Amino acid sequence: MSQQFTPNNPLPQEAKVPVEMAVFSLDVEAEIDRHLAKYPVKRSAILPLMFIVQRERGGYLDPPGVAYLADRLDVRITDIWEVATFYSMINTEPVGTYHIQVCRTLSCKILGAGKITEQCSTRLGIKPGETTPDGKFSLSEVECLGSCGTAPMLQIGFDFHENLTAEKLDKILDTCERGEYVFTVKG
Amino acid sequence: MFIGAIGCEPLQLKRVGLENSRTLDVYRQHGGYEALKKVLDGMSPEDVIGEVKKSALRGRGGAGFPTGMKWSFVPKDSPKPKYVVCNADESEPGTFKDRFLMERDPHMLIEGMLIAAYALGSRTTYIYTRGEYRYLINILDAAIQEAREAGLVGDRIMGTEFSCEVFTHTGAGAYICGEETALLNSLEGLRGHPRMKPPFPAIAGLYGCPTVVNNVETLTAVPDIIKMGGEAYQKLGTQKSGGTKVWSVSGHVNRPGVYELPMGYEDMEKFIMEDCGGMLGGKQLKAVIPGGSSVYIMPATDIVGKKVRMDYEGLVVAGSMVGSGGFIVMDETVDVFESTKNLTEFYKHESCGWCTPCREGTDWLVKVFKRIAKGEGRPEDAQLLLDLCDNIEGKSFCPLGDAAAWPIQSAIKKFPEDFRRHLMPMATRTAEAVAAD
Repeated sequence: MSQQFTPNNPLPQEAKVPVEMAVFSLDVEAEIDRHLAKYPVKRSAILPLMFIVQRERGGYLDPPGVAYLADRLDVRITDIWEVATFYSMINTEPVGTYHIQVCRTLSCKILGAGKITEQCSTRLGIKPGETTPDGKFSLSEVECLGSCGTAPMLQIGFDFHENLTAEKLDKILDTCERGEYVFTVKG
Repeated sequence: MFIGAIGCEPLQLKRVGLENSRTLDVYRQHGGYEALKKVLDGMSPEDVIGEVKKSALRGRGGAGFPTGMKWSFVPKDSPKPKYVVCNADESEPGTFKDRFLMERDPHMLIEGMLIAAYALGSRTTYIYTRGEYRYLINILDAAIQEAREAGLVGDRIMGTEFSCEVFTHTGAGAYICGEETALLNSLEGLRGHPRMKPPFPAIAGLYGCPTVVNNVETLTAVPDIIKMGGEAYQKLGTQKSGGTKVWSVSGHVNRPGVYELPMGYEDMEKFIMEDCGGMLGGKQLKAVIPGGSSVYIMPATDIVGKKVRMDYEGLVVAGSMVGSGGFIVMDETVDVFESTKNLTEFYKHESCGWCTPCREGTDWLVKVFKRIAKGEGRPEDAQLLLDLCDNIEGKSFCPLGDAAAWPIQSAIKKFPEDFRRHLMPMATRTAEAVAAD
């Protein structure tokens, strides 16, 4: 959903005038070049590039990352913000190392998504939309992720965890807490 | 989870059970890229479009528009480049068929895209996959690379004059990008707002050039249509709905999964009670949403004993639609007020904000639903919800506004009791209390 900036919810000051520009390794630059090569118009690569910048800059588009994107794509800073604030997977604020995204839509809901969210909430001590103070976990309720036949489900990063039960969920969270969780899908 | 065909030979799901089904070797051992060879060996683009027309294939993304006709709208003489875009933004609640088609058989999609590109004179094609399906993008990228190394993607495919590139593209979590013009805006690097039609994408689509946008399942049907001929494919289904359809079954059934059925499968009740293993825990069937969350909800009384035929025409007669084939089964424990509230919250979250009726309307709908859920329902709220829907349906910029209104309208009509129950507390209050309110 689009995020709206109002006097009560202003655009962060530091976002308006980035002070520095992010620098990436040669490997990352090569990855970015591969994406740019797909399109006749540079701007088309905006979403793939945002995912890369987000991955490399600690999980969200920080101001230096935004400045980099604008420079690399030959667009204005505002163009980057315009797009970033439209897409729910592009983070404009820091998120936890383990972003627990529980599907809340109908098929998951009627098979117990509510209980899954509640269990996460109780265990992590945060409500959906919040991040733990140590920055380890964020919890979100998200819309249909296309796992309706294996409901209820949640996603961590790009990994799907399906046919969830209370025990299964506990095990997943245990692994995360011990810092042993391995992301299986490369983003 | 079950994956397979019922009532027909598997076509789209032919290879999904094979070991290493996503590799080029397995795909080729089981008939892969034969259709592309047949096309390049002597079919003209017009021949290909002709076969697709004969097949009576209709778009599997939801709208059900005849694919051959869509292809024939692309101007032959345009000097601009032409684009084929695969809509793999599968985000209609209850739908997950495209995910398994791409996961298990990515080359089938690549072959379908190449044939479409040949028919339309396109040299560049994109697969727009929703951002959450990142693992599928990795699978597709690997498959495209394999195909490129085998001379099936890139320059001079199979040694012919035909050259074509296939690229993957990622979305980033926006339901609206499943709407084809919003998808094109997103692919151009803009916010995913829908565009005014006309001009239709066939005339001015991606970068203002002629473009065809097709769903994954539509494109994966193309290789078989070419191989067996359009007529034979059509005969697998009915006259107006050719071929087979892949359904995503979820909810309260014993065997959810991905089911391929011939178009015109004769009985929805049998499908639920036998093919899908019956109701979970032996409970009673209450309702089915047969084509993804946007279509009209069907009460059990419209299904049991009614021999509902599962194709485009049959479901319209039964009071709903095929849509994307996201088949959600609900048992007696489900409160349709709650399930409709859940879907309305989905539409509010996913409204792109471009037009007022949808942006404001879905917001108001959720406000009313939440107030009722708090126990503050008023008898006139059912009418209020219908009035709000009336101000969205047919008045929004793109069809997703209608999609937000239809579930509510049909739920109130078909399950008035579930709504009335929530509207009772106020109804029983005294006249003085209401006046003082």
